[in-house]
Amino acid sequence: MTDKLKTMSNKYIVELNGVVKHFGEIVALDGVSAQIREGEFFSLLGPSGCGKTTLLRLIAGFEQPTKGNISIDGTQMHGVEANERPTNMVFQSYAIFPHLNVEENVGYGLKRLNLGKVETTRRVDEMLNLVDLANYNKRPAHALSGGQRQRVALARSLIMKPKVLLLDEPLSSLDKNLREQMQVELRHLQRTVGITFILVTHDQEEALTMSDRTAVMFDGQIVQIATPQEIYSRPKSKRVASFIGVMNFIEGKLLKDSDQNTTLDAGILGNVKVNQEQMPVPLDSGPVTIGIRPEMLTLLFEEQDRMEFEISGEILESAYFGDMTYYTVQVPGLNSSLTISMRNTAGRRVLEDGESARVGWEAESLVILNKSEL
Amino acid sequence: MNRNNNSLKVFAYSYLLFLFAPVLLLPIFAFNDSTIISFPLNSFTFKWFAGLTQETYLQESLKNSLFVAISSSILSTCLGILASRASARYEFFGKKSILSFLILPLFLPEIIIGVALLIVLMQLGLPLSLWTVILGHTLVCTPFSIAILNSAFANMDMSLEEASLDLGETRFGTFKRVILPLITPGLISSLLIGFTISLDEFIIAFFLTGTETTLPVYIWGQLRFPAKLPGVMALGFLMLLLSLILISLFEYFRRRINRTTDEQANVQFGNLFKT
Repeated sequence: MTDKLKTMSNKYIVELNGVVKHFGEIVALDGVSAQIREGEFFSLLGPSGCGKTTLLRLIAGFEQPTKGNISIDGTQMHGVEANERPTNMVFQSYAIFPHLNVEENVGYGLKRLNLGKVETTRRVDEMLNLVDLANYNKRPAHALSGGQRQRVALARSLIMKPKVLLLDEPLSSLDKNLREQMQVELRHLQRTVGITFILVTHDQEEALTMSDRTAVMFDGQIVQIATPQEIYSRPKSKRVASFIGVMNFIEGKLLKDSDQNTTLDAGILGNVKVNQEQMPVPLDSGPVTIGIRPEMLTLLFEEQDRMEFEISGEILESAYFGDMTYYTVQVPGLNSSLTISMRNTAGRRVLEDGESARVGWEAESLVILNKSEL
Repeated sequence: MNRNNNSLKVFAYSYLLFLFAPVLLLPIFAFNDSTIISFPLNSFTFKWFAGLTQETYLQESLKNSLFVAISSSILSTCLGILASRASARYEFFGKKSILSFLILPLFLPEIIIGVALLIVLMQLGLPLSLWTVILGHTLVCTPFSIAILNSAFANMDMSLEEASLDLGETRFGTFKRVILPLITPGLISSLLIGFTISLDEFIIAFFLTGTETTLPVYIWGQLRFPAKLPGVMALGFLMLLLSLILISLFEYFRRRINRTTDEQANVQFGNLFKT
């Protein structure tokens, strides 16, 4: 394995243009458009039934769009069957052929290329090396563990040198430790081979840790496409914000003086100067929802601790997670309690329920969202 | 409590005796050196078996029966593949009622099927031959084929087929390289059960046979001649052996289907969480 990592180009390898898919009465995809770059690790993230798997199957060619079009590497895919597309798929069930051994599974697609026995064996061995399954050639499919099946499925797809590799929840059936290990390996593998990966997942952590860019999908539509950092820190709506991690919501009012100068009336939190960047979607003066992540709020343990903004409240509940402690804090004058996460550093105690606490925060960690939109 | 258990045991054993005692008479008289089928037994002999080899008419009907059994088991298995694949893979209008209709011959009295088919063939003006028997047997064997193959197809992960297509294989190649090997145990079971059913089916064969008879029809004809009875016993014994072998094979392959299914079930555990 070479450790030279490949980076993405600016060329679009997959272009989705107003893709609509109906299954009878059900609208699975409702006008999806996106452009995916060559060499990119792109993920489709959303809850069950949001259409992400359908979108992946449309790209693979197992389903045809009702409306709109898909092009791969500049070629229209309308009417092109799955077996003629430059894509390969890693299935959620891995779909390892149970009657074939590892070597036969991995070399399955090469058979039609008539490479000859020597070349086929060479390529299979090379792939097995890449996925850390060297010398597993003759292992029958039923003797493989979940993680090994996944590697075989990866090798079987990558050996075809696809322009795009599609992965349908590839880690969902693995246990937690293996899943975390595979996240790192999958990311590394993608950088090594330089092939565009499109990953479908409902696990936000998986999407955030692995992808270059993530598309968040709800109800058959993409609501935001951005880098993981941007989606996390600047979600476009309340729904995206609460799907990706935890977000505290506070009601507020936007007072716009000019384009440069905007004041946010955050009620009990006071008046704050904010900038355009804190508004993922441009907003006019009026009622808004303010979002702030639990780790952006700080409990001020010591008397002398000071922050730009401070409010005081009372600890309702605490949950100890080892590295972190999550507090639910009631602040007088706020409709809902705040969730605050604190790192457990040396010498820092865990506050008791009912203890009073000072909460500090900074103006720039606020996100301003449309109040009426979900 | 104990007494109760004992009476149950007695019931179970007498039931088994009632069921299989007549069958046990077959080998006894097949080896008995007397033309009269009654006790006490005479000496042991193989002559009835030796005599079978002399009967040209018997050999002819055996050949006919094998031809009919092989043809109808293959035909019903092919039809079974089509029906069960359609039921496992596609959703279409009236799917459930169509499948129930296909299974229906299982519950119809064979004499009704026989008479009905005879009337249809007469109306069509088709001459009775081994082919009409094959037609009738295919009708009664197909429900069994569908039932067996249904489980073979239903237990196959559909993504295996998609994976094959995805790796560049054609639809026909996918059938040959993935579907066929995976349903092979079911396929063999279906062929065996079809063969067994057709081989000893009498009523339909009796109605639809032309000048060439099948083995059960031949045996029925022989019963008119008391002297031929021991020979029929010997033949019956051989058929019993064949049936036992075929049923054991069938059972073996049926278990193979379940075994492969169990393995797949483990793999597909993740599917429970599929979005």
